[in-house]
Amino acid sequence: MRTITYRDALREAIAEEMRRNDRVYIMGEDIAGYGGTYAVTKGLFEEFGEKRVKDTPLAEEIIIGTAIGSAIGGLRPIAELMTMNFSLLASDLIINSAAKFRYMFGGQPSIPMVIRMPGGGGAQRGAQHSQMLESMFAHIPGLKLVMPATPYDAKGMLKSAIRDEDPILFVEHELLYSVKGEVPDEGEEYTVPLNRGIVRREGKDVTLVTFSRMMHICLQAAEELAKEGIEAEVIDLRSIRPIDLDLVLESLRKTNRVVVAEEGWKYYGTGQGIAALIYEHGFDWLDAPIGHVTGKDVPMPYSKSLEQLALPARNDVIAAVKAIVPQPAGAR
Amino acid sequence: MSQTTSTGAKSGAKHGAAEAAERWLHMYYQMLQIRFFEDQVNDLYRTARMPGLAHLYSGEEAVAVGVCAALRRDDYITSTHRGHGHCLAKGARVDRMFAELLGKESGYCKGKGGSMHIADQDTGNLGANAIVGGSAGIATGAAFSSRWRKSDQVTVCFFGEGALGQGMLYEVMNMASLWKLPIIYVCENNLYNEYTHFSETTAGNLAERAKAFAIPAEEIDGQDARAVFAAAERMVARARTGEGPSFMVANTYRYHGHHVGDISRSYYRPPEEEGFWKTQRDPIELLGDWLVSEQVADTDQLADLRQKAKSDVEAGVQFGLSAPFPAESEVTQDVYA
Repeated sequence: MRTITYRDALREAIAEEMRRNDRVYIMGEDIAGYGGTYAVTKGLFEEFGEKRVKDTPLAEEIIIGTAIGSAIGGLRPIAELMTMNFSLLASDLIINSAAKFRYMFGGQPSIPMVIRMPGGGGAQRGAQHSQMLESMFAHIPGLKLVMPATPYDAKGMLKSAIRDEDPILFVEHELLYSVKGEVPDEGEEYTVPLNRGIVRREGKDVTLVTFSRMMHICLQAAEELAKEGIEAEVIDLRSIRPIDLDLVLESLRKTNRVVVAEEGWKYYGTGQGIAALIYEHGFDWLDAPIGHVTGKDVPMPYSKSLEQLALPARNDVIAAVKAIVPQPAGAR
Repeated sequence: MSQTTSTGAKSGAKHGAAEAAERWLHMYYQMLQIRFFEDQVNDLYRTARMPGLAHLYSGEEAVAVGVCAALRRDDYITSTHRGHGHCLAKGARVDRMFAELLGKESGYCKGKGGSMHIADQDTGNLGANAIVGGSAGIATGAAFSSRWRKSDQVTVCFFGEGALGQGMLYEVMNMASLWKLPIIYVCENNLYNEYTHFSETTAGNLAERAKAFAIPAEEIDGQDARAVFAAAERMVARARTGEGPSFMVANTYRYHGHHVGDISRSYYRPPEEEGFWKTQRDPIELLGDWLVSEQVADTDQLADLRQKAKSDVEAGVQFGLSAPFPAESEVTQDVYA
């Protein structure tokens, strides 16, 4: 094991899969010579050349349209969108074509395509560059959507995604790229499945269901809560569609209380979907209403102080837990 | 069920007199097949045996048939909501086409696609897209893949003039030109964006739009199957030899309404206009007249082909009507690999 950044983990996954399968290629805006807006693809152009590391015009419909068509034509494209915000420009192709072709055409064709893109806020990029829009796509049958939170998962899940036969949205986070974590040594092959969550911290009093960058905030909140005698179990979903509901229900049967924590907006989003599934399948084990921590219901403000207010923080998680967990004896 | 008269269209490279004759007759047959197919679709709709969102290709047959005659079986096409003609011209069977339109298990997409969503990968038909212009990126990606694989396959992207209003078309033409992709953009100008004359929605000259991207463009009489074929051959040759994309504007006419339910049309186009195209500019009549005048065939031969196309289509519709619906288990099949 060694410690590398999320960014480097992604790059290793891409490079390893490109070496493993010569049908894999990557395209996007400024990804070749420049190495990508978030430097994920740095060095790939030098190793693989312009045939397999392709700069495109600044047009998301080109990137996704070409990816779909070339996947049908036998290639395995990795499409990098500079940010998730720009996926809206290509959302027709993602939703009306990539997600539907296999079903709509009676089992033909396969579209083995990975769309990589960072979502989320916290870097003062303003309202149009700070959105967490995964729920829009996670709603759509025919798509898979994953949101790894650690370098280990970033690498292992990206490798799985590139090998998968379905269109996959691989949602990164701008503030995760420099996060470091343990990853097996180079050459030590591993993958992480695209349909399994993981328990990041065990606890008996409440289950925190979370994903992406919010997972790290939940872990910090859990440490704070532990000091007050509340043991939170933290589940990192890793995959949003499909969701590992069994893992969540297993934890619920132990803790009987759940807080869902996400960076995105509250209404009609991922967290409400998860909460509805828990109510539907786990109602009898719940001893309290499900708590829900989200970003504020506003477009992301630019000013640092306002942006921090709009984003969900550790204290929001702690407050949501305390609202549904009885205070331990001796605590105030 | 047999439905092809010859294999003369499998290669556009045949130029001997006998081979040319074989090709023209096959094209004549295919146009009839499409015409009779659409007549049956209209009839199925009028007799309430089929739901209504079918967009008929009648009148435009020479475009699909002329273009596909210049293609190989392994070349790709993408199609539109008005796509029955493209599917048949590329080699789809009428029986499985009817089965699809009627929602049957033996349809090309197991009855899950319907009129606007037919794909047949065996004949290189990557699928019809019911989003106007929605195939432009996918077709360009398919062309990208064949060039990437060092295959000499060519891709044809069919779309109507209404798709000229969609921005993606210009995005991908820019890239296809830059990357010299083996693709032909075929704009079928049937004069109407649904219920509005294209001149009310489209500025400037259509072919000039492609030229802005340094893509050679030709405006063709889309009722003249031979002219379409000749232009397609030039464009295919250019694509196959790695010289890049081409753009064709095929001027044509939609005999029926925007869809089968669009019956009262006089508020947006005069009956006299429809009458002119049907009597003076019919692509099947034009090719038939030429075949006879050039003594490629006599009227008896053409009548035989007409009868054969008609009976093949009738057999196809019977196949579709009597075919079983999909099993209930199909409702959740094929969402994922």
